[in-house]
Amino acid sequence: MPEETTQLTINGEASSIPDGCSVGALIKRLGLAGKRCAVELNRNIISSEDWERTRLAAGDQVEIVNFVGGG
Amino acid sequence: MADNEAVADDKTTTGDYFELAGRRYKSRLIVGTGKYVDFEQTRIAVEASGAEIVTVALRRVNITNADEENLLDYLDPEHYTILPNTAGCYTADEAVRTCRLAREAGIGKLVKLEVIGDERTLFPDVAATLEAAKILVEEGFDVLPYVTDDPVACQRLEDIGCPAVMPLAAPIGSGLGIRNPWNISIIREHSGVPVIVDAGVGTASDAARVMELGCDAVLMNTAIAGADNPVLMAEAMKLGVEAGRKAWVAGRIAMKKYATASSPVTGLVG
Repeated sequence: MPEETTQLTINGEASSIPDGCSVGALIKRLGLAGKRCAVELNRNIISSEDWERTRLAAGDQVEIVNFVGGG
Repeated sequence: MADNEAVADDKTTTGDYFELAGRRYKSRLIVGTGKYVDFEQTRIAVEASGAEIVTVALRRVNITNADEENLLDYLDPEHYTILPNTAGCYTADEAVRTCRLAREAGIGKLVKLEVIGDERTLFPDVAATLEAAKILVEEGFDVLPYVTDDPVACQRLEDIGCPAVMPLAAPIGSGLGIRNPWNISIIREHSGVPVIVDAGVGTASDAARVMELGCDAVLMNTAIAGADNPVLMAEAMKLGVEAGRKAWVAGRIAMKKYATASSPVTGLVG
């Protein structure tokens, strides 16, 4: 049976994730576990200690950022 | 000037440290990490520059290829002080949001505040910079503001609680050198916090000149990364900064209109 999915926006792109997915699970799915990054959910910063208990819902706007070269 | 007396007493610059937000640095050159061909070139150029503080930008992760290499795999935050910037922000809100995210990403509370007011010149929006600096200082950030070479604006930023001010030498990436040395000199003379000249430097003599004006440090990116040989230019900048600093500490001679002979004027063969 196909997995039920939730539609949301990650870094400006329409994305689909399994229902009930947490921020922590999303980070793992994206291969970002253990990497230095920060997450905003609907413009609120989610501290990494809250990633696991923060569930994502349909229509959420997620921003995941990291450091790149800059002056 | 009195500024250089304490260091001059030491006769050399061996014990000369640059203090910023409670930390001491040997190097007075701060470098950016943008515009390099790849991370390996970034790493080698940064190493050649001798810099201990490096700036980085904050951007969206590429979610379709999160496995790609990360800059910080090449620049160990244990070894370098990482200074996240707010480049590309045009409002105080955006800049504050970026700083909060940068802190969350686990680098620390030191940030380079940059609120741009005009996309052609990339000159700062001073009013928005002051507004953002106030909020960030209240939230416990150590705010290093990129600002116009304006002594009054620098004073306001110091009053707000910024641990240094960073007036520009010339527009970002322009390579024009110090366009208003008199303003930079006035800022240095009156500032109670370190003055870091940020942006506009083109070559090693510009870096030396910044230091000869008594500034505490210089921050650059394009002048190194955009050179034909970035690694060699990084080394040239390191030497330029060191030479300029030593010249400032040594105390240059006054300029005079007429000559003064270097050799004895008596005892010439008859």
